[in-house]
Formats: sequence, C-alpha cells, structure tokens
Amino acid sequence: MTEMASDPYDGVPHGPVDRSGTPLVAMRNMAIAFGGVRAVDDVTVDLWPGEVVGLLGHNGAGKSTLIKILSGAYQADSGTIEIDGKPVVIRNPRDARAHNVETIYQTLALADNLDASANLFLGRELTTAVGLVDDDSMEAETRKIMGRLNPNFQRFADPVSALSGGQRQSVAIARAVYFDARILIMDEPTAALGPQETEMVSELIAQLKSEGIGIFLISHDIHEVMKLCDRASVMKNGQLVGTVDIADVSDDDLLGMIILGKHPHEAAA
Amino acid sequence: MTQADTLSAPPGAPRRSFLQALEVDTRLLGMIGAFVVICLVFNMLTGGLFDGRFLTPRNVFNLTIQTVSVAIMATGMVFVIVTRNIDLSVGSLLATCSAVMAMVQTAWLPNLIGLPLDHWAIAPLAIVAGLVTGAVVGGFQGYLVGYLAIPAFIVTLGGLLVWRNVAWYMTNGQTIGPLDPAFLRLGGIGGTLGVTWSWILALVAAAVAVGALWSGRRSRAAHGFPVKPAWAEAVLSAIVAGAILGFTAILNAYQVPSRVLERRFEARGETMPEGFTQGYGLPYSVLLLIAVAIVMTVVARRTRFGRYVFATGGNPDAAELSGIDTKLLTVKIFALMGALCALSAIVASARLANHTNDIGTLDELRVIAAAVIGGTALSGGIGTIYGAILGALIMQSLQSGMAMVGVDAPFQNIVVGAVLVLAVLIDILYRRRTGAKT
Repeated sequence: MTEMASDPYDGVPHGPVDRSGTPLVAMRNMAIAFGGVRAVDDVTVDLWPGEVVGLLGHNGAGKSTLIKILSGAYQADSGTIEIDGKPVVIRNPRDARAHNVETIYQTLALADNLDASANLFLGRELTTAVGLVDDDSMEAETRKIMGRLNPNFQRFADPVSALSGGQRQSVAIARAVYFDARILIMDEPTAALGPQETEMVSELIAQLKSEGIGIFLISHDIHEVMKLCDRASVMKNGQLVGTVDIADVSDDDLLGMIILGKHPHEAAA
Repeated sequence: MTQADTLSAPPGAPRRSFLQALEVDTRLLGMIGAFVVICLVFNMLTGGLFDGRFLTPRNVFNLTIQTVSVAIMATGMVFVIVTRNIDLSVGSLLATCSAVMAMVQTAWLPNLIGLPLDHWAIAPLAIVAGLVTGAVVGGFQGYLVGYLAIPAFIVTLGGLLVWRNVAWYMTNGQTIGPLDPAFLRLGGIGGTLGVTWSWILALVAAAVAVGALWSGRRSRAAHGFPVKPAWAEAVLSAIVAGAILGFTAILNAYQVPSRVLERRFEARGETMPEGFTQGYGLPYSVLLLIAVAIVMTVVARRTRFGRYVFATGGNPDAAELSGIDTKLLTVKIFALMGALCALSAIVASARLANHTNDIGTLDELRVIAAAVIGGTALSGGIGTIYGAILGALIMQSLQSGMAMVGVDAPFQNIVVGAVLVLAVLIDILYRRRTGAKT
C-alpha cells in the first residue's frame, strides 16, 4: 500500500479501472539524455491491469523514448521500473519480453524479407526435438492467431514486404499478443491504417483490456485517446505535464496540456 | 511444358502454370538456364554441340574440382553479405590457414612434437589447426565489426593485407611441401570414392532427397496447409533424383588413364588384365563441398542462427528489438566464414600438393562475385546457398571454357568482369518485375 501513498495521481477520481491493488507497471523518476539533450526528464507514469493509458505529446516530447526504456530498446540514466510492485532491471528487449512486456513499434519492426510466421516468432522460434526451427508448427500457430485477428489474411508464404499496411500491422499486433503479453505498448498503432482497420484495432484494445492486460497507447490523435483510454499522461519537452483521468477532461483540456503544457486542474484552481 | 500445362488445370481448381505448381524458385531456373547455355555454347565451340570437349566427363570432373574451393567460401559469404557486411580477407585468410596447416604437417609436428612424417595423426591435427586458425581469425574480425563497429569493409581490407603477409612471414615466402599423403587425398583427383561406392552413395542420397520431399509434404498436409499437386511433387522428385544420379554417372564415366592403372598394378607386383578399366567416381573434395552445401542450407533455413542472419539482414533494428544479439551474431558469422576459408585452404593446397605463397590470391573477388551472381543482394536479407554454389560454377565454367576455346587471358577477365555486372543488372530487373524489394 506504500505505492498507493506515493502515487502521484492519488485523489484523481477513479474510472471503472480498479486501482486499489499494486500497479502493473510503475516507472518512477525516469530520466535519459542523449548528448546533453534531456529526452526524458524525471517522468513518473504507471499502469494498472485492464487499463489503457494514453501517452500524448508533440513529436520529440519524449513519449516514444520513455516507452522504449520499458521495452528495453534504451537504458534509462536514472529512475526505477517496478512490475507488480517489484523493482526490475530491463537491459535489453529480451529482459522486457521475459517480464511479459510486448511492444508494437510505430515502425512495426518487421524483417521485410521474412514471412509472417518467421516475423511473429522472431527471437522465440518454436523448435523440433533436435533444435531445428519448426516452420510448420509456427505456420500453424500463425494461421490460428491471424484467423482471430484478421480472418482475411491468407498470405502466409509471402515476405511481409509484399503485404499491405494493414496486413503488416496485423502481423505486428499478432506478435505482441501471441506471447501472453501482460503489458502492451502500442506506438501509434493506427497511424497507417484505414478506418475499417482502425476499428479492428479499437475492438482488439477493448478485448485485451477486458482480459486484464495493461496498455500504454502512444498517439497523436486526441479523439482516439478520448475514446480508448482510461487515463492520459501528457509530455512536453521531455517532462510530464500531468496525468489526467479521461472522464474529467475535454478535448480542449488535453490540447492545452499538449500545446501549452498547462495542467487543467491547476488552471481551474 | 504446354502439355503439362493442360494437365495442371484440373476442373474446378484455379488454373496454375506448370512452374507455379512446382513451386520452384524461378530465379534458380534462370541461373540453371544460363549455366546450361554456357555449357552448350562452349561445347559447340570446342568441337560441336554433341561432340565438343567441354562436356566430356574429363572436363566436367576437372570443372567440378576447380570450383570446390571458391564454392565452399561462397556459402559463408552469403551469410556475410546477407547481414549487409562484406569480407575482403577470405583469399588472404585462406593463405594463412593453408600456411598453418602446411607448417603443422611438415615442420611443427615432426620437429617439435617428434611425430614421424606420414603418421596417421598428422593430417587430422593439421586440419584441426587450420580450422581453429580460420575460426579465431574470422571471429576476431567479426568482433571488430560487431562490437567495435568498425565497418566490415575496412576491417577485412586490413585483413586482406595482414593475413596474406602473416602467411608469407610464417613460411618465409617459401613453397611448403610435399604435404601429407592423407591430406592430399582431399585435393580432388588424388582422392576419389571409386565407381561402386559413388553409385551406392548416389542411390542413398537420391532416396534421402526424395524421402525428404515427401515427408515435408506429409507434414504440411498433416497441418492442413495447402500442398502442391502430387504430380508436381513426383516431377520434382524425378528431377532431383535424376540430377544426383546423372551427376554421379558423368563423374563415374571419367576413366583413370590406363598408364596410371598399369603403374598401380606394377606397384603391387601384378600385371594389368587386358581391357581393364576403372572410373574415378566422386572426388572427396566434391563430397566435402556437397556436405558443406547441405549443412549450410540447413543452417540457413532450419536453425535459429540462420533465421537471425536473414532477419538481421532484412531489418537490423527489428532484429535487435526482437531480442537478437546482433553483435554476437556478427562474430559468429565471421568465425564461420573463417572456418570455411580453412576448409577451402585444405582443398586448394591439397590440389596443388604444396602450400604456395600466392595461394588464394584474388579469391575474395571470385567468392564475392559467386555469391552475387548467385543472387545474394548486397543490400542485405536475400541470398541462397545453392545460388552461391551455382554462381561459383558459372564463373569457373566461363573461365575454363574460355581457356579451352583459346580466348586470350586479358579477354577472359574482361568477360568475367562484364558478366558479374550484367548478372547483377539482370537480378535488379528481375526483382523489379516480380515486385520484390531489393
């Protein structure tokens, strides 16, 4: 319960998300600098099971950098990460995956020359008894999960470079959700998608949320955040402007936070 | 083909062309086609389409054993180039490995350890020493590339000078020989399997290859995946088995010259029976290449290491974000390349019966050219083992074909250079047409 006492957002009216227990993830006082530029400067965010937290901010505000610390792509200069209340050290993407942190990168991070199942299992290949990669089993699993996520997907033999933007996105999403993710990071998951595919992603987020998965959603789109998220953390120039409950704010409040770095409750006070 | 076309369109099923149904790499077919054209043209120029000197068992035999050294290294170069690196040091590293093995068997083991010359352990120990040398040197270069982030071009350009002259220094620039008799058997004509064993091996290989095709089909069918029509599988099986047996038949048809046989009988104190003949069969060096090709293909396609090599080549960032240790991977790739240089050094020095100071000179260019002609893209992520071997074979055919026809030496190199550029151009056009990313 000490975590609750030190929770910076204590007192913010709670939504339907149960925030009485231990947060799934707590990133405290994270800082990272690149050549003197403080990309992330003393930022604290947290995430409860079954919650979607939006990360908002301009380009270069530091939201992707913050999240790459959690996914193991960058190492923080200072700050602590707790998962289920226990401090963890995440040195590389392998460590993050070991803690069930899965990431859908904005660039999708697909090896274009490999097919869908090779990408889905990249770094975690299924192997046969003698240690050779078992392409047939992996393709079977890929067909299963793609059948759920994107039933129209049939191009299992083609390299992903031959796929459409939406198909590539569904491969990246399948990779993140297949391996029992508990913490999911989605970096602009709908930026390259048409309306129908965006709808699919929204449904998926609702479904994952109901399964108790915590999601960090990085987005430029305020409407999307208003629709999908429970809370939003806004960053500007590497610093946290504030974290607000979506139920308490309007689009304009969020815009004010992003553009002016102005916290709505402070303004009201 | 048109006949097969009609066969391939059963009522109700979508009409597929003969080649589509076979699901073979059309790029591979193009290369085989080019190779066949080269062979036929040279055969025509050396005496006629059906009785030329180019496609005699003797020349095919020689062509095969001349290709082995470059082809072995080309399989490793595929991994290097697929990961967007280059290795310019392979010819020099071959020389260093060859020098180490020559010194081990002629000087260090006999003089320092006191092992008598012709002792059975000399050849294996020399080979192990060579392989360790190649792997360690390669791994060191990979460390410089992977961990210290020095461009591979620079590291191996330095290596080109360093290892060539390490070999020179070790041997004082002298030709080292004669090498151990057991070692020499890996050089080509000095060590062959004989006709009977070649046939047995070929039959086993054909059976295994066909069995693998059908068991793969069964596995896909068991998972409920689409499989190609049974007739297509049968056609492929026939082609594969036919190629294995045909290749063996050609090498078996090359007869040991009768004076060589006579000498062998005399050595045993017998006289040669009238009309006695004997074929060479498959050379051990060619078997070594085939073994390397199979192992490297399995590594490329069916191991995590191979999967990571291609993933890293396709998108290094994605590979890293997937938890692949790309630095260590680079070390492994260059170490493997070094070990393959050592294998090539065995074949090359055994074929010459000596270690010579200029062994492997310019091999780096032949090896890179073979890989590139074989369809390995310098932009990374794309390449096949069989392509690289076929590339080496095409280069060697051009070279020795032109020599047979009597093309002047400068023109030979001009043609080979032009073919390299042309092959890459065709590759780019082909990929653009098929829509694949280069």
